[in-house]
Amino acid sequence: MNYELIGITVLWVFLFGYIIVASIDFGAGFFSFYSVALGHGNLVHNIIQRYLSPVWEVTNVFLIFFYIGLIGFFPDAAYYYGTALLVPGSLVIVLLAVRGVYYAFNTYGSSKENNKVYMALYGATGILIPAALSTVLAISEGGVITVRHGKVEVSWSHFFANPYTWSVILLALVSVLYISAMFLSYYAKMSGDQGAFEILRRYALVWSGPTIAAALLAFFEINRQNPEHFRGMLEYAWMFAASFLCFLIAVYLVWSRRHLGWCFMMVMLQFAFAWFGYGRSHLPYVLYKQINIYENFTNDTMAIALITAFGLGLIVLIPSLVLLMRLFLFDAKYVRGSSAKKG
Amino acid sequence: MTSLDPVLLSRFLTGLTLFVHIIFASLGVGIPVMIALAEWRGIRANDPHYTLLARRWARGFVITVAVGVVTGTSIGLQLSLLWPSFMRVAGQAIALPLFMETFAFFVEAIFLGIYLYTWDRFRSKLVHLSLLIPVAIGSSASALFITTVNAFMNAPQGFTLADGVLTDIRPLEAMFNKATPTKVAHVLVSAYTFCAGVLGGIAAYSMLRGQKHVYFKKALKLTMVSTFVFAVATAMVGDFSGKYLAKYQPEKLAAGEWHFDTRPYATLVFGGVLGKDNEVRYGLKIPYALSILAGNSPRTEVVGLNDFPEDERPPLSIHYYFDAMVALGGLLVLIPLLYMLRGWVPGGKAYPRWLLIGIMALGPLAFVAIEAGWMFTEVGRQPWILRGYMKTAEGATTSGHVGLLVVLFVILYFVVCLSCIRVLSKLFRNQDAMEEIKALEMKGDRP
Repeated sequence: MNYELIGITVLWVFLFGYIIVASIDFGAGFFSFYSVALGHGNLVHNIIQRYLSPVWEVTNVFLIFFYIGLIGFFPDAAYYYGTALLVPGSLVIVLLAVRGVYYAFNTYGSSKENNKVYMALYGATGILIPAALSTVLAISEGGVITVRHGKVEVSWSHFFANPYTWSVILLALVSVLYISAMFLSYYAKMSGDQGAFEILRRYALVWSGPTIAAALLAFFEINRQNPEHFRGMLEYAWMFAASFLCFLIAVYLVWSRRHLGWCFMMVMLQFAFAWFGYGRSHLPYVLYKQINIYENFTNDTMAIALITAFGLGLIVLIPSLVLLMRLFLFDAKYVRGSSAKKG
Repeated sequence: MTSLDPVLLSRFLTGLTLFVHIIFASLGVGIPVMIALAEWRGIRANDPHYTLLARRWARGFVITVAVGVVTGTSIGLQLSLLWPSFMRVAGQAIALPLFMETFAFFVEAIFLGIYLYTWDRFRSKLVHLSLLIPVAIGSSASALFITTVNAFMNAPQGFTLADGVLTDIRPLEAMFNKATPTKVAHVLVSAYTFCAGVLGGIAAYSMLRGQKHVYFKKALKLTMVSTFVFAVATAMVGDFSGKYLAKYQPEKLAAGEWHFDTRPYATLVFGGVLGKDNEVRYGLKIPYALSILAGNSPRTEVVGLNDFPEDERPPLSIHYYFDAMVALGGLLVLIPLLYMLRGWVPGGKAYPRWLLIGIMALGPLAFVAIEAGWMFTEVGRQPWILRGYMKTAEGATTSGHVGLLVVLFVILYFVVCLSCIRVLSKLFRNQDAMEEIKALEMKGDRP
């Protein structure tokens, strides 16, 4: 494999990691607020809190990692996307800021009850951020960013009038809720909290239909938006078929209330197949017709340095992540504990 | 709107984000070190007071980390959003430290989460303490890596520029440039000083409000000795930084010191105003001091500002930032020293009121010193974004929307900082230290 492919694969893997952990996080924020507002009380909220508190910071790093890596491997991406995304990018920063800060304020700051305002902020941003971030995928299909007289320009009217944009946003929204509900069902089952499990299982089933419908819609909208990409996707049709199969297994398992661990594994595979099939067929473009992984790649020295740093970094990162999961996700005592104890 | 507007607004917005981020980033770098010190003392001396101290600091620390993460994300993304042309070039040369910074941040984030939730989980307290080591290393390492990026902007090297294209890139040379050692050292020790000062101020505040328990005295002692050590180290590294500037970035030192003609036996000016024809009035003039600062000898020739073309000179206002930083740095050494010498003051009380007030001021003083220091170093490299290679105006975005975003971010930071202060003060008011100590001692009574 050449450096270009290694680079983009590394980034794509991290973006996939972000999609999974962030979806859990974003959806959890929404469910948490929804259940408290609806009067399910703290039934679901406690489960969510126990999972989220030790990991919320880590989620953010996945995104930053992807972004820094993108600039490192493809410095031109900073130029095109950076100029074009000034306003929406800044809005995402604000949403991420509000979300991160008020989560911490609620979890570590107030010693007593949950602050409803903080939780509402947390829930609402959890829905808005994935919608905003997903628009970058729509932009990457080309036609939105143009260069005229050496100046990068964005055609927002063209962007918002485009059904593909909306199909991607819709897909992002429903998959966040689906992934999150699936994971939390698994987590609730593991903790032996039957009440929470039943509610979360219902959420998971409710959101599974829209997820697959939105995926199909987005799939066909790509054909209208970027036929070349669509033809590429058909070449990897088996990946999308595998994704659909995993989806069926996952839904069946959650329906039958069995093997929730495998069930979530299937959800991850479902998204992995779709994500890597989509990504593979998008190549060689990072931004259609403008940023090409072969033509806009960084210099070789930097590429080698980055890949080396990445390898060394993984040696530290993987054991740390494993430790984190062993201590909190898969530690029976912690998972069953009445509440997350903080210092 | 002129085409220059986005440049000025982008500079303002970047400055604003960094202004806020620097506070929380410094806290993020220094506080883990202080927590580790306290927890270590607690284990070594088998003194639960120190452990409680570490616990209480850690509780507040998470809140500041949250704001640090958020503002750090802001500045990270804003680099590309506001300075796309610069990042296109910089990405070729310094992607490596940026990349490594995220790894360091990753490790810090993971272990901080673990540390906070495992106070009572391990039988050995040392295991819990050891979790703080990756946190402290991670935060200091990310400060190190990100500062090398800034050092690169001040002293670009490790590449060859041919027809506007960077070639022959040597990433490690770019990272470990001439400015890196002094800059990284100065950033780290000043952050440690700031944090020790802030935490000392909290203890002094409790004592001023009439708390007499030995817990607060222990907190004061630990933080004041630390502040003194770190502040002295900061001053020493600051001296090296001055020598670095004299040698490699003389226009910054010259502008900071209002030193116009190149000559030996140069005078250091403190304060004052510039009159017509750039003569200094009202300033405190110390003969030979600038030459000594620049090269340890009054004979050292110091390059003056007149040797540089007018459009490559930094603004002369940075003189005041420099003076503020140095003067406050002096106070940061002096106040902890007075604390340590208080026993020798004849007839004085053990904890005189004026001294406690002075200690309470340490945090704010260090805060102003850090901000002034960054203003000096950043404004002092204008008009360059990459000294000698790229002017700031060439790196900025061309978008016309920056003004709107300035308003948005001013509101965001204002609200976030305000609620952070509120949450922190509520946190400590709701969980009174005395009650926790009582609970501890009751536990200690019964074997």
